[in-house]
Amino acid sequence: MLAQFLQFLYSGMTVGSAYALAALGFTIIYNTSGVINFAQGEFIMLGGMFAALLAGGGMPLPLAIAIAVVATGLVGLVMEKAVIEPAQNAHVVTLIIITIGASLTLRGLVQIFLGKATHSLPPFSGDKPIEFLGASLLPQSLWVLGVTLAVVGALAWFFGRTLLGKAMLATSHNKLAAQLVGINTRVVLLLSFGLSALLGALGGILVAPITYTSYDAGIMLGLKGFVAAVLGGLGGGVGAVAGGLILGIIEAMTAGYISSSYKDAVPFVVILVILFFMPRGLFGAKISERV
Amino acid sequence: MLSNIFKKTIIFASIALAAATASAAEPIKIGSVLSVSGPAAFLGDPELKTLQLYVEKINAAGGVLGRKLELVHYDDGSDAGKANSFTKRLIESDKVNILIGGTTTGATMAMAPLVERASLPFISLAGAVVIIDPVKKWVFKTPHTDRMAAEKVFEDMKKRGITKVGLLSETSGFGASGRKETQHVAGKYGITLVADETYGPKDTDITAQLTRIKNTPGVQAVFVFGLGQGPAVVTKNYGQLGMTSVPLYQSHGVASDEYLKLSGKAAEGVRLPTPALLIANALPANDVQKAVVTGYDKTYRERYKAEPSTFGGYALDALNLSVDAIKRAGSTDGEKVRAALEGTKGFVGTTGVFNMSPTNHMGLDLSAFRMVEVKNGDWQLLK
Repeated sequence: MLAQFLQFLYSGMTVGSAYALAALGFTIIYNTSGVINFAQGEFIMLGGMFAALLAGGGMPLPLAIAIAVVATGLVGLVMEKAVIEPAQNAHVVTLIIITIGASLTLRGLVQIFLGKATHSLPPFSGDKPIEFLGASLLPQSLWVLGVTLAVVGALAWFFGRTLLGKAMLATSHNKLAAQLVGINTRVVLLLSFGLSALLGALGGILVAPITYTSYDAGIMLGLKGFVAAVLGGLGGGVGAVAGGLILGIIEAMTAGYISSSYKDAVPFVVILVILFFMPRGLFGAKISERV
Repeated sequence: MLSNIFKKTIIFASIALAAATASAAEPIKIGSVLSVSGPAAFLGDPELKTLQLYVEKINAAGGVLGRKLELVHYDDGSDAGKANSFTKRLIESDKVNILIGGTTTGATMAMAPLVERASLPFISLAGAVVIIDPVKKWVFKTPHTDRMAAEKVFEDMKKRGITKVGLLSETSGFGASGRKETQHVAGKYGITLVADETYGPKDTDITAQLTRIKNTPGVQAVFVFGLGQGPAVVTKNYGQLGMTSVPLYQSHGVASDEYLKLSGKAAEGVRLPTPALLIANALPANDVQKAVVTGYDKTYRERYKAEPSTFGGYALDALNLSVDAIKRAGSTDGEKVRAALEGTKGFVGTTGVFNMSPTNHMGLDLSAFRMVEVKNGDWQLLK
């Protein structure tokens, strides 16, 4: 009984931490611009694809990962420069639609130039399952969880302790005021895209040994990551991670205890219920409008 | 004056003659609607490449009935609605002699009513049984059905004395249809499906479903019906949960080297039904299909520097069956070609040996599938 419960829990945590990493990327861009970047899933896919292709071509794994992360970060910067910046005075909804267009473009380019095949990446520390109380867990799942937590810590430090991080936060609170105190909000927006692309790539690489990757791997991860981010309140790192893990665990428990046919439906019902009673998400800040 | 009339006659005669030769050399038009882009692109892409390659080869060898073949192709983008409108175009403005295509069952079913009305011979490249059952006068197909795959697997299970099976199927069209057919034929082989779980095509962890199957009392084997990366995830999770003592069966949906590459060591001992093409080189020399499949394998690799897929094989069989029927009919007259197609007997293709009849527009039997087992990271033919 316990073993079965633990197995469902591990399954949920593995999937959930992938959602959490995707959710983190959404929150960073949302925090600096109010834009939901629907190309976030594509960043995840790009990271995984680049790393898998480079490693598959015989490059040592650490080098392949480093190049994949940097390359995806550059894609994020180019995307901001090329499509977001020229339209930066447009309404937020327009920008969101632009990101959807960018995601379709990225997916199409990858499909044409990197092919439609599914690729795998070797796990970082073997694929021998770890047995614990009768349930088994892949070492790669621990990598995903560990790195996710480390990233949350690093982001908390970045936004709370560094001048640049504070500048990004300030921009999100009030763009005009931030400009008046001398913050270059244009650079801040550029950096937020670069940073979330980096994070997305990292997530994509970490989960690739478990989930495989292909040109369309970003659609589902992006969607679930968005749901996790909303669930967590689109605020900070803790909310995103909690949202991701909750989503993953509900899915696994539904598949395990109720029926695998309802696996994708139950989490969405739960989210509707949560958002109905807590419209700002589980960890969303309360907003008081000044009159 | 007289010389003038004479001149005119000569001109008229030569024009008439030119027109006559032109009509004799007019190409035979082969229409095709395939899903070369969109979600079904992994099926449509090798299909189109195969058609282009072999139309070129047949023309280089002198064509058919002294006429060249001309491929008129449209990409439906994996959209059944577009498949329907392109078919209309092929019938009405391109006036093709025969139609190949319908990569997916959805596209095929959207095309079928049009060809029936236009009396155009049509060979589909899609899997489901509904295409040929009930028989439609003008519709044929080359791929095996999912029902045959389930039967082949159950045949092997019966040999091993397995009667209680856990079914795990994908929620995609392929998996859902496979699930239905599996449930349909299980009783015929004395097999009880003790578990019935599903997973999404993009699911990244399927341990929860597998744990449920593992804890089902009496389960002797697991049968997975899916396509692409999902079955590879299942295979890896299977290893993770230490379920290797329970035999794992996959469907023909994973019959490609990509599956081996993705699932790695966890795939050892997995059994599945596959067309002969996958194991072209491992076939015994006296196998009827040996020459056909090794020939296709070699030709495709030389041209595209890639592994040929069984899907491309479906297209090749459709093209060769058409050519064969046109030759036997001695013309491109629709009804004559259709009758010749229906009369196909003992035609050896990459998918199997075709024996069509007025009641069977696919013409394959279970011998078209070979049972293989994964051993040392490669396919091994089971006797």
